[in-house]
Amino acid sequence: MKPLLEISLSGFASQIDAWLNAALGGGTLVVATEMVVTGVVLLGFLVVLCFFLGYMERKVAGFIEIRLGPNRVGPKGSLQIVADTVKLLMKEGITPASSDKFLFHLAPVIVVTAALLAVAPIAFAKNLQIWDLNIGLLYVSAVSSLAVIGILMAGWSSYNKYSLLGAMRSGAQIVSYELSVGLSLISIVALTGSLKISDIVMAQQDGWWIFKGHIPVLISFVIFLIASTAEINRAPFDLTEAEQELTGGYHTEYSGMKFAMFLLAEYINLFVVSAIAATIFLGGWMPFHLGHWQAFNGIMDWIPSSMWFMGKTLFVVFIIMQFRWTFPRLRIDQLLNLEWKYLLPISMVNTILVALITIMGWHF
Amino acid sequence: MNLLGEPEVTEEGEFIINIGPQHPSTHGVLHLKVWLDGETIKKVEPHIGYIHRSIEKMSESLSYRNFIYVTSRMDYISAHINNQACALTVEKGLQVEVPARARVVRVLLAELTRLASHQLWWGCTGLDLGAVTPFFYAFREREAILDIMEETCGARLTQNFMVPGGIMYDIHPNFQNRVKTVLIQVKEKLKEYDELVTDNVIFQGRVKGVGVLTAEDAISLGITGPSARASGVSCDVRKWFPYEGYENLQFDEVLDTGGDCLARYMVRMREMKQSIHIIEQLIDNIPEGDFQAKTKMVIKLPKGEFYQRVETARGELGVYIVSDGGSSPYRIKYRTPNFSNLWALPVLAKNAKIGDLISIMATLDLIIPDIDR
Repeated sequence: MKPLLEISLSGFASQIDAWLNAALGGGTLVVATEMVVTGVVLLGFLVVLCFFLGYMERKVAGFIEIRLGPNRVGPKGSLQIVADTVKLLMKEGITPASSDKFLFHLAPVIVVTAALLAVAPIAFAKNLQIWDLNIGLLYVSAVSSLAVIGILMAGWSSYNKYSLLGAMRSGAQIVSYELSVGLSLISIVALTGSLKISDIVMAQQDGWWIFKGHIPVLISFVIFLIASTAEINRAPFDLTEAEQELTGGYHTEYSGMKFAMFLLAEYINLFVVSAIAATIFLGGWMPFHLGHWQAFNGIMDWIPSSMWFMGKTLFVVFIIMQFRWTFPRLRIDQLLNLEWKYLLPISMVNTILVALITIMGWHF
Repeated sequence: MNLLGEPEVTEEGEFIINIGPQHPSTHGVLHLKVWLDGETIKKVEPHIGYIHRSIEKMSESLSYRNFIYVTSRMDYISAHINNQACALTVEKGLQVEVPARARVVRVLLAELTRLASHQLWWGCTGLDLGAVTPFFYAFREREAILDIMEETCGARLTQNFMVPGGIMYDIHPNFQNRVKTVLIQVKEKLKEYDELVTDNVIFQGRVKGVGVLTAEDAISLGITGPSARASGVSCDVRKWFPYEGYENLQFDEVLDTGGDCLARYMVRMREMKQSIHIIEQLIDNIPEGDFQAKTKMVIKLPKGEFYQRVETARGELGVYIVSDGGSSPYRIKYRTPNFSNLWALPVLAKNAKIGDLISIMATLDLIIPDIDR
């Protein structure tokens, strides 16, 4: 059975490419135009996605906290986030008098840019990928750690002790948890033998890694979820903001649109982390197949690949959101203990196990 | 600059941070000056007085009937118990016999208040430790109790129901049924509280062994209530100096020996069950009869000094009245539990982390208007 939406985003893209080549006569101009178009489309998509994630977060919180969540603006409250964004846009952006103005304005830009860069190699659907570079996973993990620079910058330039404490916490936190994230990524890289996102997805054609890879991959998945939640500063690891301790952490002094940019970055990061988890552990856009049961597999194939990808990503997002609304926050020393005394040793042993499985060919 | 105008001294590498007077986890306008070495707290200096309304002085110019209403604004979470303390003191001076019905209803309302107060504390503790959800769970049950309060005396927060000689009105006909329904609900949901917070690994890590208050410190600082009982200090006024017929009721004084935040947490969780137990004993046995003793229109206490203590949800509340025989008190002094309990904070927070300071503040269960009065 052919997928419902095989209209195919790839066919559409190559049509545009052909049309542009014809119109502009090929060359650099075409590439530049395509880059701009891609950027605009991607930005639009991500902003809509962040609206959706914000709405989803509030509804999930409402569901967990036995209340309704937003239900006034728009149908079922779905335009609440739009209203909030308009409010933030209209707000006066206050810059503290004694802050370092240049760094203060630059920090949110860096944080958002780092978040946006990490979206590039993600495969949204079959053949729909902005940049399938050969070191995809390495690139994601490298770029996503740039955000810490922006956060440190925000904390330092605000000239506020709360901000500084939050920024220092985030420095310790992101650098530590980077290691576990990296090691859990390595387990899949070892199994696939490639850092390229498309290769990793194709390797899961006959089954997702979480099913094929035995218990070690399951452990990597859990470690990845924990460590990446910490890396994107979400509760229960939101020590950088820690409302009850630091009143807002690194973004205490930010208001208006600059604050909204931190929020935007948070949701883009949430999406990126979930997308990576969905791609490397849950098969990306690969449909779910059950052995040689042709009828079932056919129905699964009929569901468009973009739906599979978004479904899996939102499932991971839902898990991470549940963390936030269930757990209390850790203390800074406990946070570092968790990483250095538990997660890192476990991931190291786990990496060796995965290597063994790969060498011996024990995986399915 | 400190309060005396002297420059603040900080050691090398230390810095001062002001937590409050407006801060999410001080639950009001408490101002803590904190000396920090990185994340470690070297010294905490509470500055109070931001919500001082001179309730004691106001009480002195009000009649013996009216001053009770002002006390609802001290510890606003347990307004009924504050009123009860004042009513008891005035009754002591007047030497009136309070009808049995009024006494039982007062105890019922006091225990319901204690239950609601501990639920609020539970929700806020969760909130302070970074979990938002417990707050909503706590308020679900607290709302049901507040609905009963509303039906009984018309107010949900700063209730005024206890008057010298008894209670202001008779209870609502629905009172017994609604209390029973709420008790069933609360008993069921207390298990949910444990599942959500008490058994959580992160929560246990945040409170276990944090802010240990020794029994000696608790006694010398004058800590009372659940915070002291968690350190093994037996100080329940309801047991030691029974009033309103607590001597005839079956309940345990909840004690723990840990002295840390977890012990304080567990004491309050167990106290909720004791309060339910007390209410269960009384709810079907409300005696018939008057709800208020006959008192004169203008109450005048005989010349002398009168003192009455009660156990509020946070510790011992003492009301001390000096009367010169007139229609309003010559001098009133409230010995409020939160003022004493606050001074455990500088002791406990020493060498703790910022996160621990929040846990300690949450489990000491401070109500700021009760500190300042």
